[in-house]
Parts: sequence; C-alpha cells; structure tokens
Amino acid sequence: MIRFIAVRLLRAMITIFAVVTFAFVVLRMSGDPAQVMLGPDVPQEAVDAFRRSWGLDQPLWIQYLAYIKSIFTGDFGVSMRDKASALDLVLQRVPATLQLTLPALLLKLVFGIPAGVYAALHRQSFADRGVILLAVLGFTIPSFVMGLVLVLIFAVILGVLPSGGQDTWVHGILPTVTMSIGGIGILARFSRSAMIEVMGQPYIRTASAKGLKWRDVVWNHALPNAAVPIVTIVGFMVGSLIAGAVVVESIFSWPGIGRLLIVSVSNRDLAVVQCILLIIAAAMVVSNLVVDLLYGWLDPRLRSSAAH
Amino acid sequence: MDRASSNLVELRDLKVAFDGVQVLHGIDLNVGWGEAVGLVGESGCGKSVTWLAALGLLPGKASVTGSVRLDGQELAGGPREAFEQVRGGRIAMIFQDPSSSLNPVLRIGRQIVEALSLHRGLRGDPARREALRLLDMVGIPDARRRFDLYPHEFSGGQCQRLMIAMALAGEPDLLIADEPTTALDATIQAQILDLLIQLRAETGMATVFISHDLGAVSQVCERVCVMYAGRIVEEGSVAELFSEPRHPYTRGLFDAIPRIDGPRQRLIPIPGTVPNPKHLPEGCSFQPRCFRALEACRSERPALDTSADGRQLACFRPVQANEPAEPRTRVTEDMLL
Repeated sequence: MIRFIAVRLLRAMITIFAVVTFAFVVLRMSGDPAQVMLGPDVPQEAVDAFRRSWGLDQPLWIQYLAYIKSIFTGDFGVSMRDKASALDLVLQRVPATLQLTLPALLLKLVFGIPAGVYAALHRQSFADRGVILLAVLGFTIPSFVMGLVLVLIFAVILGVLPSGGQDTWVHGILPTVTMSIGGIGILARFSRSAMIEVMGQPYIRTASAKGLKWRDVVWNHALPNAAVPIVTIVGFMVGSLIAGAVVVESIFSWPGIGRLLIVSVSNRDLAVVQCILLIIAAAMVVSNLVVDLLYGWLDPRLRSSAAH
Repeated sequence: MDRASSNLVELRDLKVAFDGVQVLHGIDLNVGWGEAVGLVGESGCGKSVTWLAALGLLPGKASVTGSVRLDGQELAGGPREAFEQVRGGRIAMIFQDPSSSLNPVLRIGRQIVEALSLHRGLRGDPARREALRLLDMVGIPDARRRFDLYPHEFSGGQCQRLMIAMALAGEPDLLIADEPTTALDATIQAQILDLLIQLRAETGMATVFISHDLGAVSQVCERVCVMYAGRIVEEGSVAELFSEPRHPYTRGLFDAIPRIDGPRQRLIPIPGTVPNPKHLPEGCSFQPRCFRALEACRSERPALDTSADGRQLACFRPVQANEPAEPRTRVTEDMLL
C-alpha cells in the first residue's frame, strides 16, 4: 500500500514538473512582458531596464533554473503588475472561485448521479429518453452560450437575478447553475451507462435469484459496482474545482482565479500565471491520487492487483 | 411439510418471446418432490430460459406467458413480491459462470449471510456460524479464515461451491443448476457433480440439472428432457433414454459423444446448426438436420405424445431400437445453412 502511494506520488511530482516546465517555455515564447507592461511607445532603455530588473535578459535556461530553484523554496515570484507576491494574489482569489465551484459540484452530484441511475433502471422509458436528451443538451451547449442564455432569461427578460458581480449570494446563483449544467449531463450519462453495464452482470441475476428485493439488489449489489466509473468522473470534477471557472467567471464578472488567469495571461504577468497553473496542476494531481486510492477501497480486485 | 400438490413444480404451456421473437414454444414440465430432472440440448435451445422465465428472472423486454405452479400455487403473472418470496427460499438457482455470478465487491461471508438473514432470519453470530457450516458442507477448506475474502480470491470451482452454499442457505425445495460445470476443468466438474449428488441425498431437495453434457446428466438425474429450438422433443428416464433414444436428435447427441469402450469409431456430428428462432423451419424444427425426415416432417409439426411406457416423444419417424448409427455422408449445403 505504501509502495502504491509512493509510486503514485512520484508520478504526480513528475506531472506537476512537466506542467510547470511547459508553462514556463510557452509563456516566454509567446510574448514579451516588457512590451505588454510598458506599452508600445516606450524608449528602448526603459524596456532594457525592465528586462534587467526581472531577469528577462538572462538566457532562458538560467531563468528556468532560477525559477525551479525558487519554487522549491516556496517562492512563487512577484507579480509584475501589482508588485505583490504572486502566491498571495492567487490565494486571495481561491475562496471566490470555490464559492462557485463547490455548490456547482454539489448540484452535479445531487442531480447527475440519481438521474443517470434512474434512467438506467427504467431503460427505454419516457424518463430515460428525457434524461438522455437533457444530458446531451447539457454537455454539448458550451458554458459561455449557456451562461448568456440564462442571463437573457433570468436577468434581462424576467429580471429576477443579477447578471454579474459578487455582492450577495444571489449573485452566485446564475454562475453556479451555468457551471453545473454540463457536469450534471456528463454525470447522468456516465452513471446511466455504468449502471446499465452492472445491471447486466451475472451477479445481479444471482442477487435476484437469491430472493433479494429489487431495491436491495440495486442498493447493495449494483450501486457499489457502478461506483468505480462514476468516481473517476467525479474525481476529475473535484480536480477542476479551482480551474473550472475561467469562462463562467468572465461572463459573470466574478473575481475568482479564472478571471485573474485571463488578465495575467494577457498582461504576460509570468509569475502569476505560473503560480495559477501550478496550483491547478496540483489540484488535478491530488484528486487523481485520491481517486486511485478510492478505487482500491471500492473494488477489492484492484486492491490486490496494486499490492502485487 | 404439507404438500398441496403431488408435483413440486408444474410448468404448463410456458412461452417466452424476446422482442416479438418466440424462443420458447410452450413447455410442459413437472418436477416431483425430491426428483432430479435433467434438461439437455444445444446452446440456445431454451433450457436456461425456461427456468429463468419460471422464476421471473428474465429482463423486462421478455414476454412470458403460461403457468408456473409451485406446490399448486400459481406464480406466473403474479407480482414481483411473489417471485421474490419463492426465489432462494423455495427455488434456488446456480449458474454457468460461478466467478462472475458472485458479487466482486462484497465479501463472500456477507453474501452468504445475506441469504441466511433473508430466508431464515439469522443475524450476527448465529448467521456466521450457519454460514461457516454451509461452507464446510460444500467443501470450502479453512472456511473460518476465508470467510472475509472476496470472490476473486477463490478458484472457479470454489466459487461454484460458494454459489451452492448460498443456494442452500434458504433450504430450498428445488435447486436449479444451470450448466454448473460448463466453465470448470474436467476434474473440478466431477467434484461439483459429486457434491450436487451428495447434497441432494442429504437434504432431499429436488434438482433440475441443465446441461449439454449427457454424461453429467446421467450421473445426477433420474429423468431427462431433451429440448430443441424451444420445445421438448423427448422425455424419459435416464435408463430408457440412454439405452434407447427414439428422437433422431437425441440419437444424434449420443452419436456425437466419444466412447471409451468398444472399437475406435468416427464421431458422427449432427449436421447444420440450431435454427435461428426468427426463422424456424416449417414443420418439425429439427427436420432440416434430420437424417430420417419424411415429407410429412416438412409440413407438419409432430406433437409431444406420451407413449404406452410413459415416455414422451415428438417425432413422426422415431429411431428404432438397435438401429445402427447412420453415417451421414451426404451433408448437403442446405443442411449447413
């Protein structure tokens, strides 16, 4: 078990390292912070001075080594724009983002899984077809379209909900709903197919042949088996709790990480962008690790194959 | 026990259709108290479907008609609860693939205790003790230590023993064994057959043994029904059927088995394959593969009639006793289609 976790942790570190390196290279290849920060009509001496003060005049690999070294000491650099610690800037925004993504995750779980399971148990019924239709609509309509449609209906036409800002919890309703709809659709579909697959297995017939009530067959024998594929999807959703709100935060002018990321990228605010990407990667990797551990808990066959 | 009926189970005109395709064409079958009946036939002939239908275990898209009486009480067409009370408690069933018939994420002890609490109201320590006794009875060594293991930690043969233990938990009057040895090694097959025979002797429960293995059927059963394309075509005691098969299909099944005694002989396969239930041939379903088919066989279907000696047969031109096996050199193309 310890070996299992150690291997996964090592793999996680490598993943994060790859993300950090990739971000570093791409950001520096794709634009010059000095030009963006200072504007087009600045004398060359000012640009050179800016580059020198941020170390941008050094060869790329020296910059890279310095960056990696500072990360290991817990220093994520300073924002070129705000001259404040990049990590502090990012962490300040985390609560706002979680205010949207956590309730959205809850909505996904509460509506997506039961809808999918119900559809699977009533296959080919009216309800099943309805769930499939709504699920497909839910995850095929992009969130920026969905968000605008909801704004149009609830803010512009009905005038019952605010279209943007973060003043009260009411302001969070539209962005949260926008964000959850796609996930509800995805979870409903996955839960449905997982459940259909499990309900066709011989051990479900055994459980029925044993004389168990239908409800007990579903709860005690089918659901624990259907949980493995569902957990995979939920794990992915948990991993994107921090990253998942870029588009929606922009639509609803919600001051979370997503908006900070967009602003920082357009400003080439290197330290902030890298810090955000690192945190997103870490969140993904940690949730993947947790999912791997959950697999073992849910399915004893995986537990013993991991041990050997 | 009060017996309302002389037969434990009576199936009458049991028919099953999937999506409008008839796969079972009216099965009449009795199983006496404590009797061991074999159901023989090729894959897809409806052996398993018969009993899954009788227990209401077919998926919802299957339409089942006919009568299923258990100890005189009608089950067919009843509510789901009626079936749930019978399953496991009065009629238990074990299946072909034991390893995937046990729930992979539940400990085997729990799966057996579940049946015990369901049918005998046992919980806690008494349930555990009884489960251990059952595991002992079906020959799981070191049951105490392995009580909390998962199905994948047992071999196929042991999984079938576990399935049998679970089936015995409800102290059923009838055990339906649906090809219980098909997925197992030959030596393990023999052990499981011995176990079924021994348990029947100890408990007095009736057994329905579904198999395409005539040898296994002859060991376990007293009476055999041969099924073809969703119908029973011949029925009789094991001794009668084995010494003197009358239906050309039954005879064909025997001719296709290698013999240990006597001179080496070429096996005689039955030409062709089981017909598609969507396109059953006119007349007798077996007629396109039958080496004795007459003109009448192609237009009319022979009914299952009871002869003077109590055997049942559905054939216009039965095989006579001591008739030599007919080498069917003329395998025409329409036979293979």
